Amino acid sequence: MHSHPALTRMLSMVVFILLWQAAVMLFTPDLLPAPYAVLTNLMGHVDSGELPHHLTITLRRIAISFLCAMLLGSLLGLVIGHFKRLDLWLDSVVTLALNVPALVTIILCFIWFGLNETAALIAVIVNKTPNIAVTMREGARAVDKRLLDVAKAYQVPAGRTFIKVYLPQLYPYFLAAARGGLALVWKIVLVVELLGCSDGVGFQLSLFFQYFDITSVLAYTLAFACIIFALEAGVLRPWERRVLKWR
Amino acid sequence: MTYTVDIINKAFVNDAGIATAVIRNLGLTLSNGEFVTLLGPSGAGKSTLLNLIAGLDNDFEGEIRLSKPDGKTARVSLMFQEPRLMPWLSICENVMLVCDGSTSQRRSSALHWLSLVGLSGAEYQYPAQLSGGMLKRAALARAFACEPDILLMDEPFSSLDIPAADSLRQLLSELWQKRRTTVVYVTHDITEALTLSDRILLLSSHPMQVLEDVRLTSQRPRNPLENELLALAERFKQSLADPA
Repeated sequence: MHSHPALTRMLSMVVFILLWQAAVMLFTPDLLPAPYAVLTNLMGHVDSGELPHHLTITLRRIAISFLCAMLLGSLLGLVIGHFKRLDLWLDSVVTLALNVPALVTIILCFIWFGLNETAALIAVIVNKTPNIAVTMREGARAVDKRLLDVAKAYQVPAGRTFIKVYLPQLYPYFLAAARGGLALVWKIVLVVELLGCSDGVGFQLSLFFQYFDITSVLAYTLAFACIIFALEAGVLRPWERRVLKWR
Repeated sequence: MTYTVDIINKAFVNDAGIATAVIRNLGLTLSNGEFVTLLGPSGAGKSTLLNLIAGLDNDFEGEIRLSKPDGKTARVSLMFQEPRLMPWLSICENVMLVCDGSTSQRRSSALHWLSLVGLSGAEYQYPAQLSGGMLKRAALARAFACEPDILLMDEPFSSLDIPAADSLRQLLSELWQKRRTTVVYVTHDITEALTLSDRILLLSSHPMQVLEDVRLTSQRPRNPLENELLALAERFKQSLADPA
């Protein structure tokens, strides 16, 4: 089995579900439905069209805020990584921004900008940007000047230097930022939806919470986890393999 | 046609703000197609001088004129002490990086030079997969592939074992005879200087100045144990040990 990491990952999921099923059968708890019940419930939500609707809205919010945060955070991080004076000026602001609880930013955004889509997106972006900036700052600091000197000595055109010499040094940091970014952004988006939106997965979960509908909560979580899992396996991991294959 | 390098003053300022002159009043004239070796003690500032010529460091007083008769600036390439290949590019892509022209032109000239340095078959490997000697060969191919007018070499073979360094020196000699580019070769190894060069500039340190300018006319390949070369080696050794 050791030669098939993908198979091992699948197997660990199967074992987890079997344990869950076994626990339900052994103890018949009131507040934990069986995996099969969750799956049936999930199908119901899919068939009614309500889960795809809310899921699409949430995924759109994740995509927009993730891309904006990556863009802003990378720019900010690279700039402060390369310019020491600016870094000195902004260092305490970035540290402060990193440590403001997500909930505070979310509440403030809804108060200042109203209970609307823009406020929701801004809240997520403001939460995530500092993390990405800090990672990219590390990346900018780690850029090897000696390799840039090679390009300079050989008068390599600026565009080619940027793509072939500068950017590849940042790929590991982009990847780390994207990984951590995705994991954090979708969690924050759900909280934002719970607090101030009238649609999306987070909003639905808050409804199920009010009705004490645990099966539906788990069904939504399952659908959501599957999609994040697919993104990780289908986009991030292949990308990582591609850009780091020289290692 | 000649290139001229005139350094009036190059100093490094330390953290305490005290300036130390590394190079002072050093003038060089390089004739086209000439193999010039800068021979001097370690730490004399030879690498600093190459960085100035390569345009990596513009903080100096003086003038460096590298213009060709057609008015264009001479194409410079620099072989560093370490191979300095991009670890994320294959050997072929590393050489292509510095070539001009369309992608296919760049690829074919990269492959051409890689075969000349004996790296056929390793073109699509990454630097991490190659030995130290092969990396030097790749760096040598890169240095020639951009069709330089001036090739600067900073103790390129100093970190290799003796047989590997010898075979690379021989390879360099062959490539240079095929494609007579102007070479400025930095070393502290007297024998290496005597076997490779047309002209040797013996340098002092602190600050760096030219002590002697010696022309070598004997045929290549040279035997460093020849009487004439042995006598020169002896003289250089004394000058370097006791720069009066």
